[in-house]
Order: sequence, then structure tokens, then C-alpha cells
Amino acid sequence: MAKIAPVPEEAVLEDVRLKAPEVSLEQAAKLGGVAGIVAVFVSANGMVQAFAERDIISGILSMGYALLFLVPLIIAYLAAREPPVLEGFEAPQKGPRNVVAGLIVGAITGLFLVLFVLLASAVNLRRVFINISPQLLDLLTFGQGSGGLVLLAAGSLLMGAAGGLTQLLEAKWRRALWGAVAWTLLIGLLEVIVAQLFRGLGLNVLAPFFYAGTGGLTPVGAAIVFVIAFLYYWAVVPKVNQWQHAYAQMPAERQRSVRLSAVVAAVIVVAVTPQVLGPFVSEVLDLVGIFLLMGLGLNIVVGFAGLLDLGYVAFFAVGAYTTAILTSPASPRWSPEMSFWAALPFVILAAALAGIIVGTPVLRMRGDYLAIVTLGFGEIARLLLLSDWLRPVFGGAQGILKIPNLSIGPIVFRTPVDMFYPIVGFCLLAAYVSWKLKNSRIGRAWMAMREDEQVAEAMGVDIVEIKLKAFIVGAVIASFGGALFAVKIGSVFPHSFSLLVSITVLVLVIVGGLGSIPGVVVGTLALVGLPELLREFQEYRLLAYGVLLILMMLYRPEGLLPTKQWVRELHEEELMQDAWLKMEEDRRRAQAQAQTSQGDLPPAQPEEA
Amino acid sequence: MALLEVRSISKDFGGLRAIDHLDFHVEEGEIVSVIGPNGAGKTTLFNLITGIFQPDEGEIIFDGHNLVGLRPDEITRLGLARTFQTVRLFFNMTVLENVMVGLHGRTHAGILDTILSLPRQREEEEFIRQQAIDALSFFGTRLIGFRLNQPAFVLSYANRRRLEIARAMATGAKLLLLDEPTAGMNPRETLELTELIGRLRDEKGYTIVLIEHDMRVVKGVSDRVVVLDYGRKIAEGTYEEVAHNERVLEAYLGRKAVRSA
Repeated sequence: MAKIAPVPEEAVLEDVRLKAPEVSLEQAAKLGGVAGIVAVFVSANGMVQAFAERDIISGILSMGYALLFLVPLIIAYLAAREPPVLEGFEAPQKGPRNVVAGLIVGAITGLFLVLFVLLASAVNLRRVFINISPQLLDLLTFGQGSGGLVLLAAGSLLMGAAGGLTQLLEAKWRRALWGAVAWTLLIGLLEVIVAQLFRGLGLNVLAPFFYAGTGGLTPVGAAIVFVIAFLYYWAVVPKVNQWQHAYAQMPAERQRSVRLSAVVAAVIVVAVTPQVLGPFVSEVLDLVGIFLLMGLGLNIVVGFAGLLDLGYVAFFAVGAYTTAILTSPASPRWSPEMSFWAALPFVILAAALAGIIVGTPVLRMRGDYLAIVTLGFGEIARLLLLSDWLRPVFGGAQGILKIPNLSIGPIVFRTPVDMFYPIVGFCLLAAYVSWKLKNSRIGRAWMAMREDEQVAEAMGVDIVEIKLKAFIVGAVIASFGGALFAVKIGSVFPHSFSLLVSITVLVLVIVGGLGSIPGVVVGTLALVGLPELLREFQEYRLLAYGVLLILMMLYRPEGLLPTKQWVRELHEEELMQDAWLKMEEDRRRAQAQAQTSQGDLPPAQPEEA
Repeated sequence: MALLEVRSISKDFGGLRAIDHLDFHVEEGEIVSVIGPNGAGKTTLFNLITGIFQPDEGEIIFDGHNLVGLRPDEITRLGLARTFQTVRLFFNMTVLENVMVGLHGRTHAGILDTILSLPRQREEEEFIRQQAIDALSFFGTRLIGFRLNQPAFVLSYANRRRLEIARAMATGAKLLLLDEPTAGMNPRETLELTELIGRLRDEKGYTIVLIEHDMRVVKGVSDRVVVLDYGRKIAEGTYEEVAHNERVLEAYLGRKAVRSA
């Protein structure tokens, strides 16, 4: 039998502090390739040209160029970042290597773009890629012909270097810098809202100072926004922790008064928001609110209970059509002409029934199967509404018109500005219900079912009952969204209830963070609000959703604002790895200590002696 | 009358007879160990009793109710709770929430009660919390205090086992079925758990059936030992009786080994 050589203890002890790996230049080259492909892709699919119409900083930066050059900037930043340092490892020194990594990305991106322009001007690609137009090539070469190619490459290289350089900054400065860049771009893009805000607040004089007539910030305005955002991140954000701490230290009474004033402030902000922002932005906010309602409902079904529902739009349709039939004088078969509030109990009833109808057949299904079956239900609902067979009830493709406005007593909610208030009201109700249920017997049973259905059942949870309850609550919340949608638009048509609605709601729940209520709010604002405001974006909306979903799944599966629980679940292995490494290191240290104290030196004296 | 009585149950998996006309009973206040070689049908027996599988023949009577045909949650609500061989906690819920789920079957607040935050619901929520903490306190300070709001997955292996027992206790069961409660524990933890199983009966009045491979535990706690092999009961009695039973030795060590011994 061969003898196994014992591992010499000393060999293990020598590298107590392991060095974490440095930035990999090879990786940077690969990422550079990715950046190059992305930059060429956004050019070839027409995004750069379409976005070039809109200025972010007037005369200096259009949204098209911003998109094009953000690609090397962001990817260079990522390529120049050290791999994560596990506990027990020594972080490598930052230095020129980071900048070189950034430069590599910039250079490769530039090379790809230049080759693309050369190829496109030599060969006519327009038969296949209709967006590769002479105007696009003009844009990419800054209208300078072949001399522009140098500019294009130089710009890309510069962005790569900038991305690498920011890695050298201290965390505080880096955060401030990126925050300021992001806010400047955002304020530039949201001209509609901000200009309207100035107008609404009676600060009309300020508007021309910030925004140029051609759209986009004036250079001075951009500088001001940049400085303010920079100062905010540099000086205010680090203090938030202190404030939270101070709040926790306050006596209960002061805490209550702080809370109260926060609530009062929030109420005032909500009350004046639509008035200040005017009808167009209010319209967008109304839509955001309706999607938010659905997001909160789906969050219960998918986030809490773990039931992947792809036909959620069916419940939205039930709410809208029930409201339409009961309130409209033009409903085809039977028009009781109820008021919205009288119809509401029937809406709830119809939605609950729909929840049971969808929920019952899928009681014994999980995961993928559940998703496919619910997908089918969503389509069935739309086709029924469209069908000739049910035309006498639902009005077929013509839908139901003349749905009266929402009113409370003498107050009639006519305009988008008016509708904002009931929509916010219902959203708050849904958020309250979600929060309340989450921390209750029912919510715990949902989560237990999500974690392990069989064990939940063995612990006394009636799976059938709890699953149906999740579907019913989700359905009722979505039906509120549908009811508000019906009275807001004044008519309902089957084509409003397409699969796309289900997908949008699911994407915003996933992007925001499954199971997280603030996450749903952020997800809705970003994915529904932003594209509504930026009309150039509409055509590329689905592309953006797809890209976003893939990136989220790869790099941040818990969503933007996750619940603590999901963070834990998805980073579980990493946490365990860290814990293990720490344990290992402690063990080595202890061993090393034991060895040295066994040496010639006398044992160390206690300090106090 | 026995608290749990299993009458001639059988279970086939395809052509394999996992449990074969097994008779088995547990008196109130008893601690019964079920032992046997791997694949003898011990966990299948637990799965049949708790309703995860349905027996092909036979009856299972618990506290005057026939369990055959009932769902697992209904069985748990009758007063019979279990732990799992491979620890199956709700790992992304906190320690406290895990145990609170155990009280689900004993409480009633519905959706409307919760949304309206009725006094009844608030009292019940407080009751759930209190009962859960009570169950956790049985394990001393290991699972309470700062541990309450930690996610279950940060717990050590032994604490995970303890939490599983606490969750089963919270269901308000009379009979606990513990599936290899000391698997993966070190000798000190095993000893501690052995003593704890005794306390579960003596202080809390639980009747306990456990599957166990560690003979020191079996010897330490059991009033009676039931030995399974190929789905049949091959011996029953006190530890001493069973330990010297020739068929048992044969099942564990093989015929040849027993003869040469």
C-alpha cells in the first residue's frame, strides 16, 4: 500500500494572507469585444439615430451620442473593477492596471465602430439593415467624413480611459461622480417633467435658464445640476445612516411626531403633484399608478406565494369589463347604469370568482407548468372578450363605450389630473393590504409554500386554501386596476388586454425585486413611466425589457430593491463561502499563534500586568 | 387504547414492496424507536402515517381517527407532527417565522380579519408569537434572543435540527415523529439531544416515535424498539431484547457474520 505523504503544516501556514486576483486584462479585452458589439448593435438597429433627435445638453450632447458613448464608459468601468475580494484575502493595489483595462475596452469599442462605419460605407447593407442610413454614418463620423473616424475612435478611447480612471477614485468620490452623471442625464431627459415643474411652481423664469428652446439642458443648467447632484452624493448621502441612527435614538414621542410630519409632507406632495405637473405628466402618472396596482397584486401571487402567473391580464380585464357593463349606458345586453362605487362590490366578486376559476385547475401544478397554464388563461380571456359568441355581452371588437366618469357625491373626476387621486388611493390601499398580509398568518403560509410546498403542508398549511387565497387577492387588486382603467379611458376594448400587459407587469415586479413593495414602485416608475415620457423609446421598449431581464437575471437576480429574504436566498452560497473562508482563516491564525508561542520567546505578558 | 395504531398497512412502489403488512402501535407517553438497515422502509412508514403517501392496504388509527385518505395538513391538525431526515426548514424565513408557520393549523385569522386588523386577529398574532417563542425556549438560549430574526439558513446543523423540532412542537401535536434527529451531529450534540428527547416526553408530555441509526441514542431513550427489514417488522421489544435477537443481528450484519460470531 502506498503511503500518503502528510501535508507539511508550515507550507499551509506561509500564505496566511492570500492575495486576491488583480484586474484581468484578458477579461478586459473580452469585455471590450462585448462593448464593441453592443455599440455597433445600437447603431445598426437605429437607436442612435432615433435618439439623436433629442438633446440632453443642448448643442453638446444628444441622447444618441449619450447612448453610444455610455457603452464604452460603463463597460470600461466594469472591466477595470477588481474581482470581488473574499474575506481573508488581501485586496490588490489600485493603479495603472485599472486604467489600462479601461483603455483596452475603449480601444476595442472604437475599433469595432470604425470597422462598422468603413464596412457600411463600402457595402450597401440597407437591404437587410434598413436603419444603416447615410444619416447614421454621418452621425457616427460627426459629419466630418473620414476624418470623423479618428474622432469616433478617440471618443471611444477617451470614454474607456474615463471608465478606468473612475476606478482609482475613493468610493465616496466615485459614487458622487457617477451619481452626478446619472442625474444630469436624467434631468436632461426629463425636460417635460422638470420644465412643467418650474411652470407649475410659478418659477417660469428659471425654465429658459435651464432648458434651451431646442430641448435639453443648457450647458450652464447641466453644470448646475451636476454640481448639485455631486454635492448631494458627496455630503448628504453619507449622513443618511447617521440620521437613521439619530431617529432610532429619539424618544418614542419625538419619533411619532417625526413620523407624523413625514406623513403630512407626503400627503401635501401627493396632493399638489398632479396640479403642478399638469395634464400630460398626470396622464403618465395615472398609467404608472394602474400598472403599480397590478404590480402590487402580482407581487402577492409571484413574490409572496411563488406562483408564476403569466396570464395576469385576465384579472385586469375582468375588472375593466365588469365596471364597463355595470356602469355604461351603452353596455350591449343589459345596462343597470350603476355608479362606480355601487359596481365595485360586483367587481370584487367577479375578480374573486375569476381567481377561483384560474386557481382551481392549477392547484396541483408548480413552476413551469403553472406558468404555461396561466398563460393560456390570459389568452382565453382576451379571445372570449373578442368572440362573436359573447358579442351580445361584451360587444366584441367594438368593446363597450360611454363609461361614465368616476364621481364621489358632487365631485367628478374628469381629467387625468383628477384621476390621479383615486388611483393613488387605490395604490395605497393595495400597498397596505400587501404589507399587512405579508406579516400575517396568511403571508407566512404563502412564503412557506414558496419555500417548500410539501413541508408547508406537513406543518398544517392547507395548500389548496392558501393557493386560492393568493389568486383571489391578486385578482381583486388587478381588478381595481381594470376598473380604474375603464373609467379613466371611458371605454374598453379587447385589444387593451394583450399578453404584453401580463409580461410588462411581470417584468416590473422582477426588476423591482420579487416580494418587495418599494421594489414594485421603483420598477413601475422606471419601466412604465420612463418609456411613456420618452417617445423615441417606445419602439425599443421590448428590446430594453428583454435586455434588462437578462442582465437582471445574470447580475442582480434579487431585483433593484429586494426584500432581505430574497437577497439571502440568492446570495446564500456566497455568504456561506465567506463564512467558511473566515473560519478557515481564524483557524490558521490560531495555529500560527500557537506555533510562535511555542517558540523560544517567552509567552506574551498580559497588558495590564 | 393505543394513541397510534397501524394495522396491517402495505405500500408498493411499482414492483417494490416498501411496507409489507406492517402492524405497529404506540401507547400514549411512550418513546418508540424504529430501527432497521437502509431501505428497510422506516421513512416510508413515516410518510404513510403523515399522509405524504397513501397506503395500498390497511388502516392507520390515531387518537380515534382513521388517517387513511386524509391530507397531510389535516393529519397535522389532528395532533401529529414530524421532522424530516434531510432537514427541511423554510430557509429564507426567520427562525421565529419558521416556528410561527407551525401554528398555522391551530389559528384562524383570514384575509379580511388581517386587512381590517381586527382585535381578534391582533390577539391571535400575539398568541402565535408567544407560542412560537415558548417552543423555541425549550432549547434554552440557542434559538431565542438575536437568533429569532435571523434567517434559518445561517443556523448550524444542530440548530437546524432543533428548529425543526420546535416547528413540529408548535403545531400543537401530541405525537412527534422524529426522522433521524441526530444525523450529522457531533457526539456532544447527540448526547444533548438524547437527553432532550427524554425531556420532551417528561416535561412536555409528548409521545415520540423516532427513526434512529445511532444505537447509543436508541439505547438511551427508547421504551420500546421496533426493527424493520424489507418492510416487515422482524422484532419488537426493549433495547436489550432486540439487541440480542438473532434476526436483528442477521439483518444488520448478514447471516454469515452472525454464524461466525
